[in-house]
Amino acid sequence: MHKQSFDITIKNLSKIEGHTDLDVVVKDGKVTSAKLRIDENKRFFTTAAIGKPALGIHQVVSRICGTCSIAHLMCCIKCVENAFSVQPSEQTVKLRDLLLYGLNIRDHAMHLYLFCLPDIFGKDSVLDFADTGYEHDLVHKAFDVKGAGNDLCVLVGGRAVHSPFPQVGGFMKIPKKEDAKRIAKRLREIRGSAIEFVDIFLKKDFKFYSETMYISLRNDRFSYQDGDLTTSDGLCVGHANFRDHLQKFVVPYSQAPGFEFRGRPYVVGALARMNMNRDTLHRDTRRDLARALAVFPSDNIFHNNLAQAIEIVHCIDSSIELLEAMEFVEEPRLVIKPKKSEGIGVLEAPRGTLYYHLHIDDDGKIEFADLVIPTSQNQIKMDKDIGALVQDRMDKGMKKEDLPLEIEKLIRAYDPCMSCATHFLKVRWR
Amino acid sequence: MWAMGKKLRIGWFTFTCCEDSSIIFVEMMNRHFFEWKELLDFRHCKMLKSKNAFDQFDVAFVEGAISNDRDKAKLLEIRGKTKYLVAIGSCACTGGPSAQRNTFPEHLKVKIEPFLKKWDLYKDVLRLDQVVVVDDKVDGCPMVEQKFLAVLDKYLVEFGVKKAEAKLPGTKSG
Repeated sequence: MHKQSFDITIKNLSKIEGHTDLDVVVKDGKVTSAKLRIDENKRFFTTAAIGKPALGIHQVVSRICGTCSIAHLMCCIKCVENAFSVQPSEQTVKLRDLLLYGLNIRDHAMHLYLFCLPDIFGKDSVLDFADTGYEHDLVHKAFDVKGAGNDLCVLVGGRAVHSPFPQVGGFMKIPKKEDAKRIAKRLREIRGSAIEFVDIFLKKDFKFYSETMYISLRNDRFSYQDGDLTTSDGLCVGHANFRDHLQKFVVPYSQAPGFEFRGRPYVVGALARMNMNRDTLHRDTRRDLARALAVFPSDNIFHNNLAQAIEIVHCIDSSIELLEAMEFVEEPRLVIKPKKSEGIGVLEAPRGTLYYHLHIDDDGKIEFADLVIPTSQNQIKMDKDIGALVQDRMDKGMKKEDLPLEIEKLIRAYDPCMSCATHFLKVRWR
Repeated sequence: MWAMGKKLRIGWFTFTCCEDSSIIFVEMMNRHFFEWKELLDFRHCKMLKSKNAFDQFDVAFVEGAISNDRDKAKLLEIRGKTKYLVAIGSCACTGGPSAQRNTFPEHLKVKIEPFLKKWDLYKDVLRLDQVVVVDDKVDGCPMVEQKFLAVLDKYLVEFGVKKAEAKLPGTKSG
């Protein structure tokens, strides 16, 4: 095995969001190449944005991604508000927190319970779980947690995908207090199940350690929508300067670019947030998940899934508190006067830091758009880790036939989103 | 509703799109998973399983638009293996938003041209019925859930997986 030469090719990887292929080349027992080819056809959203009104552009860019559309929508709105110096109301900020909590519950639950859970149980699919007993109950609980996140998104955003209610300056429609109480009750009912899933991901023994720099927003309430951009090296970067620290790379075999921060690969996402911000999680989450939280900080990329499972509980706890405390009052719509300007928007999408930069002309139309997507930021590290994982497993005597599943598990730990990663235009081919 | 042993053999495929309707499909499982598990044979559904069959389908649900020869060849292959093909979501039914570049002004078309060449992408993105016969359309961005359920129900009845719902006396059809 150690001195073998072979190729591993996985076409159209399953149980991830979007289309991607993988090629690994092994010569004389050494990995010589590992290439994750993000194969989602480009749709040129940053070009399509040009000439469109800034006040409505969030609904266009929402279509970059089905699963994390709410993150694109909210980041774009923040960016336009930054450009037009709009200050959203306290209630709007809370509603946005709720919408992002709902997104994270729904999105993490789909990824963890439908895509990753079968790996833990040695099954191909959630469809293969037993029709009775423990496995059956677990699938029920998975859909209940996911459904509660979906319902929270519908309550606040009007729909879980491409939500129609969020606007620049506020929300088109405010939830009713009685509906908020109903969702809070539902979240209380599924909280125990979400904790049960944390235990499952805590007990799984998938391991791949790789020293990494992490980047995420940091604030005092583990909110996904504001805070300082910080690195695990202790650097704090202003939103306006973030892009200056990034180097964008054309990945010749992939339809998506990669990024490095000051010349180093880095990782964004739940693991980054948990490594750096776990002290700001909701107090009930910290109280009930102390054993799982003791795992962090961690350089085991499989702990990204554990971090996602913990984030679901944090989002449930934070949402219950907001839903039960808020009054949900109608507010007058802000009058926003478009002007020639430039805006930056940054937030934490489920898969990591999302960055928007827009230039707006005198007529309030977009004249330039630049986006930095979580999956693109993780791509260079993910490629390196795939090669290193194959080498590590071969050195430990793993059979060649078992390597593809091992690679797939690693990629699902990273939780890439290919639709998001291929929106771009601004690169130069050589 | 009751299952009669037989299952509807379905495939779920995606091309150029944001997969929002696939997400809606998965979100609908919050309420329908156990019912669908009884009624549907998921022959091919990359979001849910790795071991997918690409043999014969009663109904293929196809999301996304067609951007290049590879997409086109795959769609033709799917058409050859399915009795019915249903276009899912806006990109499959109308081309857009993926087809928004079809109507770019000339100066933007010039900007994206090197990328079209580099990745062998068509000059214009195609909706599904520009490539194959489409039997049903579930439009919407993302797809409209009720319309999807109605189309699914229609094929469940047609293939004898489920009996038609009896109409209550006095109710009007349509």
